[in-house]
Amino acid sequence: MPLAGTGASLKAQLRRAERMRKLRAFALVLPLLLFIVVTFVVPILDMLRLSVVDRDLATVWPHVARSIGAWTDRSQVPPPSVFDALATDIRDSYRARTLPLAARRLNYAIDEGRTLVFTTARRLPETSADWRATLIGIDPHWGELATWAAVDQASGPLTSFFLLAAVDRHKTADGHIVATPSGQAIYVEVLTRTFKVSFIVTLLCVVLGFPVAYLLATQPPRRANLLMILVLLPFWTSLLVRTAAWIVLLQEQGIINHALIWLGVIDSPVRLIYNRIGVYIAMTHILLPFLILPLYSVMKGIKPSYMLAAKSLGASPTEAFIRVYLPMTLPGIGAGALLVFILALGYYITPALVGGAADQMISYFIAFYTSDSVNWGMASALGAVLLTATLLLYWVYDRLVGITNVKLG
Amino acid sequence: MAAAQHLTREERFWRTVLYVSSGLVLFFLMAPILAIVPLSFNSGTFLTYPLEGLSLRWYHAFLASEQWMRALRNSFIIGISSAVLATALGTVAALGLTRADFRGKGIVMAILLSPMIVPVVIVAVGFYFFFAPLGLTASYTGLILAHTALGTPFVVITVAATLKGFDDNLARASASLGAAPVTTFFKVVLPLIAPGVASGALFAFATSFDEVVVVLLVAGPEQRTLPREMFSGLRENISPTITAVATIMILVSVVMLAALELLRRRNERLRGLRG
Repeated sequence: MPLAGTGASLKAQLRRAERMRKLRAFALVLPLLLFIVVTFVVPILDMLRLSVVDRDLATVWPHVARSIGAWTDRSQVPPPSVFDALATDIRDSYRARTLPLAARRLNYAIDEGRTLVFTTARRLPETSADWRATLIGIDPHWGELATWAAVDQASGPLTSFFLLAAVDRHKTADGHIVATPSGQAIYVEVLTRTFKVSFIVTLLCVVLGFPVAYLLATQPPRRANLLMILVLLPFWTSLLVRTAAWIVLLQEQGIINHALIWLGVIDSPVRLIYNRIGVYIAMTHILLPFLILPLYSVMKGIKPSYMLAAKSLGASPTEAFIRVYLPMTLPGIGAGALLVFILALGYYITPALVGGAADQMISYFIAFYTSDSVNWGMASALGAVLLTATLLLYWVYDRLVGITNVKLG
Repeated sequence: MAAAQHLTREERFWRTVLYVSSGLVLFFLMAPILAIVPLSFNSGTFLTYPLEGLSLRWYHAFLASEQWMRALRNSFIIGISSAVLATALGTVAALGLTRADFRGKGIVMAILLSPMIVPVVIVAVGFYFFFAPLGLTASYTGLILAHTALGTPFVVITVAATLKGFDDNLARASASLGAAPVTTFFKVVLPLIAPGVASGALFAFATSFDEVVVVLLVAGPEQRTLPREMFSGLRENISPTITAVATIMILVSVVMLAALELLRRRNERLRGLRG
């Protein structure tokens, strides 16, 4: 009996000790976890919140926001009470100088929305027996369903406006989601372009990176280490420095154009920068080491004896390479290509500096809406799209490769 | 490869293809660095070859510019502060992550490493929206915090990899001799993993030293760093001073790379992997 009792308590003690060990381990991780949550996770979640929260109009035009619910019959303009509310709100906000906020928000959704709001405010009479007639008299837009649909959708507190706009869609007055006319639709094109540029850069990296990784993996260690410096030095060199160097190299009077003319390849300088060519060259250069390094470490692990075995069984060197060696490098190619693709999706600085207006990727628009043209809802919605794409690929990467296996030299 | 004379014609052909193609790619990788360094010593104002003559005028211009000097100072202030913070937080976390398997470790790991994967522009925008009301934009504190978050994943990965090779019996021996956990850490564990910790710190510093998107959105004019000034310089007309700055930054990269290699060798020696 005492023996069994000791056993049970020993087990319990062991369990407790194990629990304490786990708790202590977690306690060590906790400071960093809290730090990342506060400075990184929460701000990003908050940004995502901004893509669906829409309070600007409701704050400035409280009466409209409250009475717009009375607009039930969506086949005609809202009832008079809503027009009364609008007149009150426009007058109040014009006096309180908060009208620009409302004007800006409506301008996102309606062409000339700003003009509409300001013209109405300036021409608004002191009193009116029939505000509906007066407002439509000032600007016939107030008699249009599309205008009121925009006001309704902007009245918050939540909106799908920005997220829909990020994929070139909008809601009509009767609540249907329709595609934005091609003249105003831009984001699907931007997103397609982002994926296309990333894909081509990834492909270029695979094609250019494979021979280098193979060479590094098959050379004697001393020489391989020396050659590795040629990969690692550019890798460690600042992105801005490399971008600057490419601008110098690729410009019209730059070294490459001079060399091509001297060689007789071309007669006059060609445009290699501020267009897509420049973006491809600079991005491939910057991302290439991210392909070479993981591929190299996979190739290092492939024993030469496999190739020798294939050859001794009668395969030609080409056949042995394609049927035996190449398949074994696929995990490395996959890991490297996925990493390059994920990183390329978020590129902003390099396309901004070496690309033209038609080469800007989604990150450019996110930054643009954050600082240049203040439209945080749009910035957040585009951010949500980019983040979703990245996290999906991150998840795939983690499944296939394991995020801790990232090899960076 | 050693017995080159025994290669068949087919093998010789492929070997030539390999040498030529990877030679070209390696040249492509080095070309920007090779091209920009000599231009920084050009006495002329044109960013093209042949050089008009050798001079240090662009380095003088760099040193004489209040704007560039402030950027240099800022880069080091922000880089060193965020590297110190990231190293402290990351090392302690790596110790916890390698010590025991607790529930949810996979998710914790994914969160800790996500700053490495999430596009910087999203980090910058999130930080901007969230910390602007707290007055942390246009401040050193804000930038240092953001750069610390970006640098910690590299510290966690590097230190965790070093700890995998650490013999736990050494820590147990220390504990059995009566050392408190903190004493064991500073007297036994830290000296042995120091090269890994230092590599992590270098990675964190390099991350901050190279970062421009967060600086672009979050920094005020007082906190502009070297990459930030280069960004403005490249957007407007490119002054040759930029080539001098670029050369100095390349020099910093060479120093960091060399330091990293030394640390790697030291780490292998400490672990007895090499004589």
